Amino acid sequence: MTTTTISPERSEAVFEDFKPAYTLQQAKVEANRCLYCYDAPCITACPTEINIPEFIRRIASGNVEGSAKTIFESNILGMSCARVCPVEVLCVGSCVYNHMDVPPIQIGRLQRFSTDTAFEKDWQFFQAGPDTGKSVGLIGAGPASLSAAHRLRRLGHKVTIYDKANTIGGLNTTGVAPYKLRADASMAEIDWVRKIGGVEFQLGVDIPAKLSWAELEKRHDALFLGFGLGPDSALDVPGKTLKGVRGAVDFIAEMKLTRMSFDGVKHVAIIGGGNTAIDVVREMLGLAAAGGTSIESVTMVYRGVEDGMSGYAHEWSEAKDEGAHAAWQTLPVAFEGTSKVEGIKCVKLDANKKPIAGTDHTIPAQLVLLAVGQSKLGALVAGLDGVKVEKGAIVADAHGATGRPGVYAGGDCANGGKEVVNAVAEGRDAALAMDAFLKKGGRHG
Amino acid sequence: MVDLTTSCGGIVSPNPFWLASAPPANSGAQIQRAFDAGWGGAVWKTLGKPIQNVSSRFGAITWKGNGGVGFNNIELITDRPLEVNFREIYETKKKYPKHAVIVSLMVETEAEWKDIIKRSEDAGADGLELNFGCPHGMCERGMGSAVGQEPKVNERITGWARGYAKVPVLVKLTPNVSDIIPHGMAAKRGGAHGVSLINTIKSIIGVDIDNFVPYPSVGKASTNGGYCGAAVRPIALHMTAALARHREFGLPISGIGGVTNWRDAVEFLLLGAANVQVCTEVMLRGYRIVEDMIEGLSTYMVKHKFNSVSDMVGKAIPGYSEWGNLDMNYETVAKINADKCIGCQLCMVACDDGAHQCIHPNKDAAIRVPVIDESECVGCNLCQIVCPVEGCITMQKVENGFAPASWNDHAEKGAVLRPKKGAH
Repeated sequence: MTTTTISPERSEAVFEDFKPAYTLQQAKVEANRCLYCYDAPCITACPTEINIPEFIRRIASGNVEGSAKTIFESNILGMSCARVCPVEVLCVGSCVYNHMDVPPIQIGRLQRFSTDTAFEKDWQFFQAGPDTGKSVGLIGAGPASLSAAHRLRRLGHKVTIYDKANTIGGLNTTGVAPYKLRADASMAEIDWVRKIGGVEFQLGVDIPAKLSWAELEKRHDALFLGFGLGPDSALDVPGKTLKGVRGAVDFIAEMKLTRMSFDGVKHVAIIGGGNTAIDVVREMLGLAAAGGTSIESVTMVYRGVEDGMSGYAHEWSEAKDEGAHAAWQTLPVAFEGTSKVEGIKCVKLDANKKPIAGTDHTIPAQLVLLAVGQSKLGALVAGLDGVKVEKGAIVADAHGATGRPGVYAGGDCANGGKEVVNAVAEGRDAALAMDAFLKKGGRHG
Repeated sequence: MVDLTTSCGGIVSPNPFWLASAPPANSGAQIQRAFDAGWGGAVWKTLGKPIQNVSSRFGAITWKGNGGVGFNNIELITDRPLEVNFREIYETKKKYPKHAVIVSLMVETEAEWKDIIKRSEDAGADGLELNFGCPHGMCERGMGSAVGQEPKVNERITGWARGYAKVPVLVKLTPNVSDIIPHGMAAKRGGAHGVSLINTIKSIIGVDIDNFVPYPSVGKASTNGGYCGAAVRPIALHMTAALARHREFGLPISGIGGVTNWRDAVEFLLLGAANVQVCTEVMLRGYRIVEDMIEGLSTYMVKHKFNSVSDMVGKAIPGYSEWGNLDMNYETVAKINADKCIGCQLCMVACDDGAHQCIHPNKDAAIRVPVIDESECVGCNLCQIVCPVEGCITMQKVENGFAPASWNDHAEKGAVLRPKKGAH
């Protein structure tokens, strides 16, 4: 197995935590505020249904080890989820204190405290189950597969994770905003998860081009599809191939793993209004603030109005606090420049998103990042009869089962692109369904 | 401004708030600062043959991060030379003639009592408090609670003190007895002008679970100490009220035990205390707490139209009755104010596991406001107690048509009781 090395000098290293770690004292003060609700709304709001009041009570009682165990029992990637989850719209957003106009419990920060402590002390809570003789192949090395693989190991099944890339962790390693989770922390989490033993990786394997579905089904008793989404979508306008016009997800991965140069870049434009767009706006602002670049401005270009953004309002509000500004109701119609991009020709849109005549203008930009979605990879499963694809996403039931016996799916490739925590939940639940399938003697095909 | 002047057994102070005999009343400098802060009186840390203390001395119960909800100490009486104490008493009285300085005493022989009483009075003491309560250390030497637990010894030593003292004598009682009445009565027979209660409760505050030594640890061992602080207030209120309502007792009571603010003080006064003494809360937060005590009490007295502190003393005593006299036909049920409910469902789990299983989830799963089955609700208050929202759960009286009837009425006269609820 060869993995991509993460340079200590990489660009993301300039970022500090947006929400800093709690000390034990701070964690206890916050934990003591928790009301320990019954049938708590925060649990329901968590896709992995972590028993939140219980783990918080354990922090308060001084049982941090038990607290971490409670978290990992439901969510083996509880460390990264504590950092990257949009808690404002999940657990924290559902805290009953919100109804009392009392600040809600900082569940994410408490979860980070417990899970960080677990890593620091190297607590291990799980061991591989007795060998069942069954083997599962997992396609994609992101959160869905890691979660599924860990659960399958607990249940005694052999697992092999395949990925086209040479990096483990999927977007957790290459895509998460560095002020939430840096790549080295994702790698440390994977190292910790792998301590259950027996999680095999085959990296740099292009499926199905270099390894066919038929071969995979021959090797394994069940398959889990967790290959995420494809490359950034492009904007089909003149000048799209100019140097300096690139996909945001691709750009973020490079920033997280390598040291980038922004020579000659004064103005940066981010096209889009979703969470990736906001992330990359904040990342560019952070890189500019860290100094050493020629970046003078970062502008989000969005065709809708501020209230109509698909990105989270709390994220955009934080971006604005950091100095973000946007060109609203603005549609790029061409990228201008000779070999390198120099500006975006735009037109203003009306309330119905129709171009307004005579509003042509140019936004200067030497770097244009497209955050207008990612392509879907449903076509990859063409050779797997019975696996249905709708709008590019794999169709799977609540337990991750596809239409083909023994083939399960979860994460972005099945849900169309949600949070890390959704991928973890789907991977875990698919693992439980695969276990039942395998124990009944089931085999795909 | 309301006049808070108070007398307890003839000892007059500008307000009913005294420092109890304890570390905050250890020296003249401290007590003078306390008087400046607003305290009406101070009971000097117990004088006797000066002792030597151990290290450490205090332990506490911490609840949700709040240290000292319950508190315990293994400190003994004064460790400072008697002549220094007496000189400081003299200086303090000279500087603060209107404030009450009461000197707590604990010695063994009659001759010692005679001597120390004279020296206290010569220094200017307004009153004496006989420490018959300390439940640790001193009792092993035949003093403190060893005296307070023996009515005959209590009466005899109180008698000596009364014989030698010109100023009022208060007897400080120990709660480490099964019934406080015989001990209050012994002090009365001995001639006391009043009693102070409670002293601390014999206790072990906790254990160092990694080193297997109780707290407060003195190296590799510890000993039982005296328990105090907010958590002991219910015990102190009961003992105060038990004496206050006793037909033959009738002496003024200086109420002690878990007073942290004006509201706690009012509770003591309403249950028969003439004034209150405070230690733990001052140890934890400083003399400054008295400002709110004075202001809160004054506001309360205006609200209830009490002209003097003595007007309110014992106001709640008629309301303290025997179980057998309670109205069995008085019925309440819990009501949840849906507008205030935040959906924590703590009432539901408490009722389910700890009471009568009459609070249920809303049939509409989207609504987290629980539903009370009033036909099963016994009116126990548990849900109201666990509810984190003030005024969300109220206990409301049910007009059930039954005339008031106590158990005694029922047992003696066959009075009709309403059907039992929740007893199936």
